[in-house]
Amino acid sequence: MFKYIADTILYSWLALDNANHWVQALHFFIYDSLKIGFLVFFVISLMGIINSYFPIDKVREFLENKKLYGLEHLLASLLGAATPFCSCSSIPLFIGFLKGGIPLGVTLSFLITSPLVNEIALVLFLGIFGFKVTLIYAIAGIMVGTIVGLVLSKLKLEDHLEDWVKKQLKEKMDQAAFKDVRTFSERFSDIKSEAVDTFIKIMPYVLGGVAVGGLIHGFVPTGYFEQYMGKENLFAVPISTILAIPMYSNASGVIPIIQSLVAKGIPIGTAMAFMMAVVGLSLPEALLLKKVVKIRLIAIYFSSVGVSIIALGYLFNLVL
Amino acid sequence: MIIKILGSGCKSCKKLESNTKQALSELSIVAEVQKVTDYIEITKYNAMKTPALVIDEKLVSFGKVNDVSEIKSFLE
Repeated sequence: MFKYIADTILYSWLALDNANHWVQALHFFIYDSLKIGFLVFFVISLMGIINSYFPIDKVREFLENKKLYGLEHLLASLLGAATPFCSCSSIPLFIGFLKGGIPLGVTLSFLITSPLVNEIALVLFLGIFGFKVTLIYAIAGIMVGTIVGLVLSKLKLEDHLEDWVKKQLKEKMDQAAFKDVRTFSERFSDIKSEAVDTFIKIMPYVLGGVAVGGLIHGFVPTGYFEQYMGKENLFAVPISTILAIPMYSNASGVIPIIQSLVAKGIPIGTAMAFMMAVVGLSLPEALLLKKVVKIRLIAIYFSSVGVSIIALGYLFNLVL
Repeated sequence: MIIKILGSGCKSCKKLESNTKQALSELSIVAEVQKVTDYIEITKYNAMKTPALVIDEKLVSFGKVNDVSEIKSFLE
């Protein structure tokens, strides 16, 4: 359907030549912006509804008092994947979990997976790479959160919390619980305005990503990257992971670029490692975390997530 | 009455602030509206998501921008 719209605009209405590179880039741009914009809006609305009925305090309640012999990490990781992520809320959330008695390692499982496997990334993957790749990406992200959180919990890192956090954790907390008894139609305006806000916030990234993707699509010859970053280049995965750290951006902007890179010869595992590192290892995130934990814990956190991402990149290149 | 808006200064915090001020003026309540942007302060109130609303040191809502009528119901 979206291809039909792009075809109609460019070839029928404007009668452009589809052998021209600029026209190819433009076609890609129109097609992808329509498709991605539509998908993103759909998912944001859906998540808004889920979030309204299952807010973060419910998530915490669900995780409290759960001693599942390691499975609580998997549970936290799954909930992290299902919860919309916003870096601006990660500190209050971090403290809130710890105050609720959730162990640090379990909280970290949640915090690692939440940006790594977020709903927008998933739906874009689904639209662009298909079901199989999306499922593998989701499972891999959830495993990274589970395993890294589990390993970190064995390291007894509670000492590396900042002093003000430790002090607050000692204070008794009165559970803030708000019952939301509104009906769906009463919630609707909230859900709608939030969905529209999020949409407006991320669309510039999407359009930017699609524009860059479109240029790559139109101008870079097929297979071009293979000679530099093919599977036989063993450094490609770690290099793309490291390159991704300063490139924090919305997942929605990165995926359209990745699509074009994969189409031009970058192996999918390398591309996925890049993608995971962009969302899961971001400098702004580290700077935020710096306020609640000491530098050593951040270093351990980043390096273990980074190593897992690199390992997954190699694995994907082997099996996909 | 002291009302605190917790949040790191994002757009939704400003919206919450203006809704709060409107609710106050509609009920003709005189209150001090303070903005709290420091994480140490924010987490003291057990707000897990910003923006959050604190009335007289009691957290009444977090993670959403309340509309004017809802804020009125908190104030009454």
